Amino acid sequence: MTDAHGHAGAHAHAEPQGFIWKYVFSVDHKVIGIQYLVTSLVFLLIGFSMMLLMRWQLAIPTPPDDFDPEKLSLIRSFLNWLFPESMPYGFMDPVFYNQLGAMHGTIMVFLGIVPLGVAAFGNYVMPLQIGAPDMAFPRLNMASYWTFLVGGIVLLASFLAPGGAPQSGWTSYAPLSVVAPAGQTYWLIGMVIIITSSLFGAINFIVTMLNMRAKGLTMGRLPVFCWAQLVTAVLLLLAFPVLEAGAILQLLDRVAGTSFYIPKDLIYGSTVFPRAGGGNPILWQHLFWFLAHPEVYVLLLPPMGIIAEIIATNTRKPLFGYRELVGSMLLIGVLSFIVWAHHMFLSGMRTSLASLFVTTTLTISVPAVAILTCLLMSLRGASIRFNTPMLFALAFLPMFAIGGLTGLPLGFAPTDLHLHDTYYVIGHFHYVVAPGSLIALLGGTYYWYPKMFGRRMSEKLGKIHFWMTVIPMNFVFFPMLIQGMYGMQRRLAVPVEQSHNLPVQGWSLIIGIAAATLFVGQIPFIINFFWSLRSGEAAGENPWNATTLEWACPSPPPHGNFATEPEVFRGPYEYSVPGHKTDYWPQDEAA
Amino acid sequence: MREEWGFHWGLPQPAASSYAGDIDFLLILLHVVMVALYVIGVALFVVFLVKYRARDGHRASYTNPGESASFLPAGLVLAFEIWLILAFEVPIWGAVKKSTPPPAESLNVKLIAQQFAWNFQYPGPDGQFGRRSAALVTAENAIGLDPDDPASKDDIVTINQLHVPLGKPTILGMTSKDVIHDFQVVNFRNKQDIVPGMETVLWFEPTVAGKFEIGCAQLCGLGHTKMVGQVTIETESEFEEWKKQQVADASPSDTGTADARPVIPAVDSHS
Repeated sequence: MTDAHGHAGAHAHAEPQGFIWKYVFSVDHKVIGIQYLVTSLVFLLIGFSMMLLMRWQLAIPTPPDDFDPEKLSLIRSFLNWLFPESMPYGFMDPVFYNQLGAMHGTIMVFLGIVPLGVAAFGNYVMPLQIGAPDMAFPRLNMASYWTFLVGGIVLLASFLAPGGAPQSGWTSYAPLSVVAPAGQTYWLIGMVIIITSSLFGAINFIVTMLNMRAKGLTMGRLPVFCWAQLVTAVLLLLAFPVLEAGAILQLLDRVAGTSFYIPKDLIYGSTVFPRAGGGNPILWQHLFWFLAHPEVYVLLLPPMGIIAEIIATNTRKPLFGYRELVGSMLLIGVLSFIVWAHHMFLSGMRTSLASLFVTTTLTISVPAVAILTCLLMSLRGASIRFNTPMLFALAFLPMFAIGGLTGLPLGFAPTDLHLHDTYYVIGHFHYVVAPGSLIALLGGTYYWYPKMFGRRMSEKLGKIHFWMTVIPMNFVFFPMLIQGMYGMQRRLAVPVEQSHNLPVQGWSLIIGIAAATLFVGQIPFIINFFWSLRSGEAAGENPWNATTLEWACPSPPPHGNFATEPEVFRGPYEYSVPGHKTDYWPQDEAA
Repeated sequence: MREEWGFHWGLPQPAASSYAGDIDFLLILLHVVMVALYVIGVALFVVFLVKYRARDGHRASYTNPGESASFLPAGLVLAFEIWLILAFEVPIWGAVKKSTPPPAESLNVKLIAQQFAWNFQYPGPDGQFGRRSAALVTAENAIGLDPDDPASKDDIVTINQLHVPLGKPTILGMTSKDVIHDFQVVNFRNKQDIVPGMETVLWFEPTVAGKFEIGCAQLCGLGHTKMVGQVTIETESEFEEWKKQQVADASPSDTGTADARPVIPAVDSHS
């Protein structure tokens, strides 16, 4: 790059010819973004399918009194045929349950939500929003996608390993994970590959945003979505190497006979485990959560950025408190590095550390409350358009609020004593990630689809999809809070084997029905996604009458994005400016 | 053990430890505040959606009044949280987790967790725990009790059965033989991970007589769900009686009875 706003580096690649180089091994950030979008949506569907099997098991965990193996229901016959060994008669073997549980979590977090929020939308939208022709390092960008895909395939391939997929939870706590069958080795190798991919992406995002912004696009004029991506990239860059190192140590424990996480005199298989020992299982938890808590904000910040964009566009007014929003995101970024041990109050970690981590954890709620306040107050004085992306964005606010609020009794050590490791935790973080992040990401798909493919998605199907997503989701996750309050532990294949869970078992049937409905509710989305590619209404350059730079180039943008380098004259959300001829004033429109 | 489903704020009944009342109070307090905040926020949200919907003749406002006042909710939340920490977290966490009652005035029991069972070791009349060693662990001697240690002679070892006296603190010194487990009795409103290679401590003072379920709250493998034990809370005299019975059952002349103390082979087999 020759000067602060130079694009020399990105122009290094000419438009490729031929299908393979244009659409498969592409270095164009837009193609890579769409590759990430499709791949992560497929992974989300895979992860969801696994959970459907688990929810089936939890809904009816044991044979009813009148159960007759000769007369199986259609679903049971199907499951019996599909998984004769791990789901005989449609009842799940606990080992298979543990495998699906570990893989559901891993897939949803590392192969679903993060790649969708960061890599898909970040790759596609961020360079457009900053007026750049591509990412700073296009080849690194391509390497990031293909590395990610390989990592994802390695993780899925673990099902074929002797002994099956990883079965120690997505958290892979040692020593259980160290003594687990071979699938865990796949998990560790897959994670190392995925983390490497993330690091490629994070470096690329930071360099691109700092160096390739269009003329006049100062940091103070950067859309909130880009700020969110910037903070996220820094979190990934600083937190992920810790887990990568931790995973390599666990890999060595498994394959090279080391004892990083293995204490002396472990008894396994009724004999002393042949290791020198001296390691500490809690070390793994520290390394894991040092990533995995910032990871929560990696899951959350890009969706929050998406929400801010959609809300600004569809309220037709400037966002409330741009500085407060950006400042809160930066503060969350910093604080997210000093809260990790709130996952470990009861782990055997020194108990006097708890008060410190309770304090930092409760403190991080302050910027989170500030962000929600800003987004809520942005509605005041607005002229709200209720299109599909806006419905998803609006639903995010009350849904994520449940996720945020339920974090309070978990982050507060005395109440965590009762709620730790119960379904309350599951309900809490799913409210953050599913009715929270995922809802926002679906909204983002509807919002930027016209830019990606030049056509709008059907509003009618979109609204059906919206209601069939938001309503069942609440019936899936709210009962979990009730079960958790009653003390039902997570990760139980057959919860009714513990009699204290019996009074709240009935909710699991409701959750199962709601989960199946949620699955059906995604069909309109899938149809809409493919149908609109050819038959959607033509979108034009700026279908939502929005102000940010991605709407200043054709839909879909050609190779190199902008015919001439755009120049930015104002902030990102100049809507309803008094005296201006339209109710939106694009950033690049000369006064 | 199975309680009728009443309201009780959705918490399992009865609350059976000396600190359960404090924890229930906090759970209820937090949830009342959470619901109140939520209702206020959602009410505002709905009002905004209706009042500021797009319609003919309605135009959005360019200005956002009250930006500085928007720090108020965040500030109030922060003040509330600081109050929570100082008034409740510090004293309650301190009492439940950072300290134990005086061991001399408590029942001391060792819990040795394994896939997928809870082994309890009582010190017997001498008040001394017999020495344990990983090298001595066999299928019969699950906790690896050393028969050569005089202190181990009168120890009581039970599987999945914890008996404790009512109204007196019990201190569990907990270790794991294999992977991480977690001792949870929902009626006590407390739990604690049990980690191989170190001892963690959980104490409770039961306030209600009866039998409660011990569940494992940390994924420990394929039998995790089935890792269930029972804690029996009985009067001091019933408890003493139970201990005497255990010692009698474990006497060498009577090793064959059910629930007996494991037989320790005289010579270790060459493995």
